[in-house]
Amino acid sequence: MKSKTTKPRVVARKRPPAAPVWQLRLYVTDSTAKSQLALANLKLFCENHLKARYRITVIDLVKHPHLARGDQILAIPTVVRRLPRPVRTIIGTLSDTARVLVGLDLRPAA
Amino acid sequence: MKKHRSKSKSSANALPKCPTGIQGLDEITAGGLPRGRPTLVCGGAGCGKTLLAAEFLVRGAVQFDEPGVLMAFEETEKELTANVASLGFDLANLVRRKKIVVDYVHIEGAEVRESGDYDLEGLFVRLGHAIDSIGAKRVVLDTLEVLFASLPNEAILRSELRRLFRWLKDKGVTAVITAERGRESFTRHGLEEYVSDCVILLDHRVNDQIATRHLRVVKYRGALHGTNEFPFLIGEEGISVLPITSLSLNHTVSNERIATGIARLDAMLGGRGFFRGSSILLTGTPGTGKTIVSANFAQAAARRGERVLFFSFEESPAQIIRNMHSIGLRLEPLVRQGLLRFHSARPSLYGLEMHLATMFKEIATFKPHVVIIDPITSLMGSGTDSEGKGMVTRLIDFLKASQVTSLFTSLTQGGHALQQSEAAMSSLMDSWILLQDFEGNGERNRVLYVLKARGMAHSNQIREFLISDRGIDVVDAYIGASGVLTGSARVAQSSLEKAAVLAGQQEADRLKREVERKRAAIDRQISGLRSDYESESAELRRIADQVGTSTRMLTTERAASGILRQADAKVAAGPRSKPRNGNHHS
Repeated sequence: MKSKTTKPRVVARKRPPAAPVWQLRLYVTDSTAKSQLALANLKLFCENHLKARYRITVIDLVKHPHLARGDQILAIPTVVRRLPRPVRTIIGTLSDTARVLVGLDLRPAA
Repeated sequence: MKKHRSKSKSSANALPKCPTGIQGLDEITAGGLPRGRPTLVCGGAGCGKTLLAAEFLVRGAVQFDEPGVLMAFEETEKELTANVASLGFDLANLVRRKKIVVDYVHIEGAEVRESGDYDLEGLFVRLGHAIDSIGAKRVVLDTLEVLFASLPNEAILRSELRRLFRWLKDKGVTAVITAERGRESFTRHGLEEYVSDCVILLDHRVNDQIATRHLRVVKYRGALHGTNEFPFLIGEEGISVLPITSLSLNHTVSNERIATGIARLDAMLGGRGFFRGSSILLTGTPGTGKTIVSANFAQAAARRGERVLFFSFEESPAQIIRNMHSIGLRLEPLVRQGLLRFHSARPSLYGLEMHLATMFKEIATFKPHVVIIDPITSLMGSGTDSEGKGMVTRLIDFLKASQVTSLFTSLTQGGHALQQSEAAMSSLMDSWILLQDFEGNGERNRVLYVLKARGMAHSNQIREFLISDRGIDVVDAYIGASGVLTGSARVAQSSLEKAAVLAGQQEADRLKREVERKRAAIDRQISGLRSDYESESAELRRIADQVGTSTRMLTTERAASGILRQADAKVAAGPRSKPRNGNHHS
């Protein structure tokens, strides 16, 4: 799925030269409460744990429904870590930070 | 908009149906699945859920111009395409022509973490997008239950599934949802709770090492449907369900009669043989000549220029041809002319369903006038009794509907259970001919009789049935006080009879001669007596003449002497001298 050809809304782009950049995609539908919450939680999380080495692409499936197939999206909201490999997927509003850390391999599962 | 259309289609009383195009299923459900509603298809592993769903979709796209979306949770598009290709469906082509969209939904449970609340809007978006992209009217979700393994939060999943089915109804698409069979419920995860309009249960059972698939419409809200379990087949042209009840008893019947190839048997059947399109049962113990009678019938039909399809479950075609040649039946030229076709298969080769499928297919392609199944019993052995009966019923129905005369041979194991075991099948048959062995005098002899023949006056007599190198000969069996005599006993009896007749004749001749002799003797006696009488009467006449002459002479002499004596009695001459004998005048 080449999402760059579409019109993703780049929310934050802070890239220091050396560190590996995380590419994160957030799939949402419209501006539902859950979607808004997930975006806010994701931004907060990235600021806390991945300062300046992340890039978030928000994809609104209502506008781009065909993009859902590529990352096998069923649940909304879903965050997909495209880079670094392997691909990691977290579904939900990301309210449970501990689970997000485990899900993104930032902390080993307890 | 779709919602509106589906609403407008539904009439006030009848539930609108969506034809599946699957052979037999539309008959059971009286028209198809409920249009615009979801249908649940559940069953265990390998019973054909996905194929049924895929066929529903493909036939919709091809036959009914209803594009469809296949959302696959278990198999990839490539796998699906390969799988349905075996049924003759070109899924890839349909996808290219935008008749079908295949969306493979895959979630690796281990790769997905949950954090916080979510819903399945992504699924809705994908499905909605797929539906809208081709204007789909049909949707298949195969198998949704995979989600239960992928998404740990069952509460969310259940509420989302409920919403999904609601949403599908609102979309106005006819949906088929497949689900794994549960231990105690229809589905492992209780999907029947959400899909309540129509539930179809598939089943794959093994009987005596032979597997047969069954289909049952468990529930069909608001419509009549066949509730029985129907065997179904997955053949080269897709699924075909074989309903027994859908084919009602309304075949057209023919008054045409066709000869059996055995003149005497024709004579026993009212002189003209079987009715065309009737079903004939030929039962007999081993070695009674069932195949021979069948082959005779086949040859007679083929010689009339009819096509004959001979299903043999015991012998290979070459073997039948060779064996029949030994009794003077030449089948090979008929095979070469394309009038006679053999189809041989071991009954245990595959299940009843496959046999039926291949037979239906053969019949459909060859379009025979006469079908012979030899023997039906070995075929029935590959299923349970009821399955066998059901199968025969369907076969008979199918053949009757297409005006094919069918002859089934049935092998029975000896003596008395014979009629009993065949009772179930015989009620389906129009004619029933029994071949039987009679044992006695150190030999076995075959007899034949017509047990029943619907709609014709038939002989009630037992006939002996002889097989020689010139073919079959049916002769009168001797029926006497000691029972039916056949073979050498019959011959002995008839020679006995002949001897008795001869003796009687001789006695009569002797009597006749005696009488003749007596009559001759009497005649002789009579003529002797007559000659006696005649000689006596001649004597008498001679004597009388003598007496008269002497009297006259005496009178004359008297007169002469009187004259000589000068007697006065001129008058006393002749008889007038009488008064002298008495004094009457005094």
